[in-house]
Amino acid sequence: MTSNLYLDYNPTISTLPLADLEVGKHFYWEIFGYSLHGQVFIVSWLVIGLILSASVLATITLNQVPRNNWQNIMEIVVEYVQGIAKNQMGSNFGEWVPFVGTLFLFILISNWLGALVPWKLIHLPEGELAAPTNDINTTISLALATSITYFYAGLKKKGFSYFKKYFQPTPVLLPINILEDFTKPLSLSFRLFGNILADELTVSVLTLLVPILIPLPIMILGLFASSIQALIFATLAAAYIGESVEGHH
Amino acid sequence: MADSIVSAASVIAAGIAVGLAAIGPGIGQGNAAGQAVEGIARQPEAEDKIRGTLLLSLAFMEALTIYGLVVALSLIFANPFSS
Repeated sequence: MTSNLYLDYNPTISTLPLADLEVGKHFYWEIFGYSLHGQVFIVSWLVIGLILSASVLATITLNQVPRNNWQNIMEIVVEYVQGIAKNQMGSNFGEWVPFVGTLFLFILISNWLGALVPWKLIHLPEGELAAPTNDINTTISLALATSITYFYAGLKKKGFSYFKKYFQPTPVLLPINILEDFTKPLSLSFRLFGNILADELTVSVLTLLVPILIPLPIMILGLFASSIQALIFATLAAAYIGESVEGHH
Repeated sequence: MADSIVSAASVIAAGIAVGLAAIGPGIGQGNAAGQAVEGIARQPEAEDKIRGTLLLSLAFMEALTIYGLVVALSLIFANPFSS
């Protein structure tokens, strides 16, 4: 039995032109000898552009009493995001609102963009455009950014005594405490990736069986689930940061 | 020949992975939802808070099944042992 890692065993099942089921096909860009998943970058840039333009539109004419509709909408968004951070960190949450809010908005907008925009109509040489979060590389990078941030937060607040938390209840738990630092990003990234991919696969399989009307309830469930996933990712990131700032004293 | 055996084993393993991974979270979600209904029946004014917490914890339990699903998907679509 030969074992080649990640061979391109990519079955494409197809009945109708709009209902192909493709997993593991990517639109590769070759840059400096690295292959990048182009479709992820294109949609990510679109998401970043959307968030940036909404923010610019909101802040272009700032008023004490908002006269600009965008300012109204974005104030609601900012207050919601502040609520997420405040619930998990208590006081002095302000410093981490930008990070948590960026995570929440990026994940939410990419999930919904992947579900709401009919990407099938845009043809790529290979693969298709979809939510950036259904690529494991995106979710792992988001999770690692969270890890780095909570280490930074703890070290900045407490200096090297931050590492005392590894001995916290008793030194016997040292291995488990170290292991926790690895399981946190693992579970964060797999949860998001698996949920989004599962949503898209369920919809694709149902579309393969019955192309109209039947997949709609599952699509709506997917929209709901993906917004909850964005909320969970942001909440957990805030909780991890809050935990390393507060400590178990 | 060896390849067809690997394929068959992978497909069976994928099915078992999702099936087993669904048992525990299923029980857990049932428990959580039941307790939440009980809580709402006892204190209807706390419904909003209970609903929020319930949804968050349901999503955590859901994640466990999703881990099984990720294993199953990688067995089917990115099998390391197929040649």
